[in-house]
Parts: sequence; C-alpha cells; structure tokens
Amino acid sequence: MVVDQLTPDQADRVFHALADRTRRDIVRRVLGGEASVSALGRQYPMSLTAVQKHVAVLELAGLVTKTRRGREQIVRADLDPVRRATALLDQFEALWRARMDRMGDLLAEPEQGATK
Amino acid sequence: MTVTHVQRDPATLTMIVRAEFDADVARVWQLWADPRKLERWWGPPTYPATVRQHDLSPGGAVNYFMTGPQGEKHHGWWRVLEVAPPQLLVVEDGFADEHGAPNMAMPTTRARFELTPRDGGGTHVTITSTFQSIEQMEQLLAMGMEEGLKAAMGQMDALLAG
Repeated sequence: MVVDQLTPDQADRVFHALADRTRRDIVRRVLGGEASVSALGRQYPMSLTAVQKHVAVLELAGLVTKTRRGREQIVRADLDPVRRATALLDQFEALWRARMDRMGDLLAEPEQGATK
Repeated sequence: MTVTHVQRDPATLTMIVRAEFDADVARVWQLWADPRKLERWWGPPTYPATVRQHDLSPGGAVNYFMTGPQGEKHHGWWRVLEVAPPQLLVVEDGFADEHGAPNMAMPTTRARFELTPRDGGGTHVTITSTFQSIEQMEQLLAMGMEEGLKAAMGQMDALLAG
C-alpha cells in the first residue's frame, strides 16, 4: 500500500469529500454493495438533489463511480487500498471522537465523595 | 474536552486521536479503572456496554457486551498487554461468543491509551488504534461498531435537514 499514490490535490479532494458525515455514510453503504441514487436518497432526511450533490462530490474525489442502468443511476465504491483505508480510519476517528465526548461528559459530572 | 490532534495513517492502518481534559490524570484514569465509568463511555447511548469482568493487571482480562436497540448482544473482550497506572494501558480488543469466550477467528485491534499531565492542570489523552487489515476494519464497522456511528450520524442528519 503506497500512500504517495495520491497527489496533494487528490488527497485534498478525498479528505474534503470524507469530511462530511452523510458522504462518509454513503461511502460506507456502497462499500457494502452497490446502491442506486434513488435508494440512497431514501436513507437521508434531505432532498434527492442534495444526495445527488453528495454523490457528485464523492465521484469527483474518485471514491465512487456512477453508471446508468435503465432508469437508475448506480453508485459503486471505487477505492484503491489507500482510499479505502482512509475512509475506514475516518469512521474510526468519528467513533473515538464520540467516545471522547462521552468521557468529557462523565468527567464534568460532580465527583462523588465516596466510591462504592 | 477538546480534540487537539488527529492522525490517520492509511499505510500502517493506525489512527491517533489526542484530546485534553480539565480533570487531572488520576481522575481521567478512573474512566478505564472503574468498570461502571468504562461502560458509560465505551458504547453509545443506543448501544450501552455492560462490563462483566474487569482486571486491568498485566495479562488481565476485561469482558463486556453491548446491547443493541433490539436487545441483541455483542460480546467483546480486552486482554491487558501493558499497564502502568495511571498513565498507560495497552490492550488487545476482540470479539467474544455469547459466553464471553474470545472468538479468535475474528480480528483483533490493538488500542493504546496514554495519559499525561497537562501544564497548569488537566490531562492529555492519546488513543492509538492499530488495525490488522482493511478487511478487518470493514468487518468491525459492519459489526456493532457501525451502530454507534449511525447514532452519531443521525444527529448530523437532523442538522443537515434543518
């Protein structure tokens, strides 16, 4: 796996694309198997146009491909190992950020005088 | 709590997240050392963790399960590889069967937790997760861990919809 396969511009596009949670979620869904744009559209509380825009950003970053099949636009993951790893690490980062948030909340609670 | 640094290295499949807390090191350490505290941050509210066994001595084991929204249970374990209270804990984290026995057919993750005092009070926490393969990471996200992310993302979806 070679990290410097990505030019700085490409890396910027990948990180920008993955900086958005909806787009990360789209990538995760299509990593598990192809999905149509309309099926993706039903997953999010936003307009189909908004979902199409997210897919376009992912396409520009080279993370997914879009092909027409009949009346459907089919989205597939198009990830080399580096991009797959980056996309996955990104999701673990979100997981640990959420855990750190919960740690912060716990530490903000008043300290109990005696432990059981 | 402030996240001060994130580093993702796709070449070594390593992720580092650093944060700082106002609480002192001894208090932050309790987030790991006290099983009742550990279970309040390990799983998201929709997937709470229950710690059944908890021994942070070298070679010790932690057994836990996480309960999903439909009542389904995901069992997991830690093995303590290195420990130096209240500063360092290195564990191997894996999946277990319903009796809590480690499922060695499933991939494990190495997690390193490092606590250092911050100048003027407070604590820096550095968490380093190292994965074995891309396939493993996909598997982890597909099993259980994904649920927590979905909950977090649900909140973001609501914001985006506004």
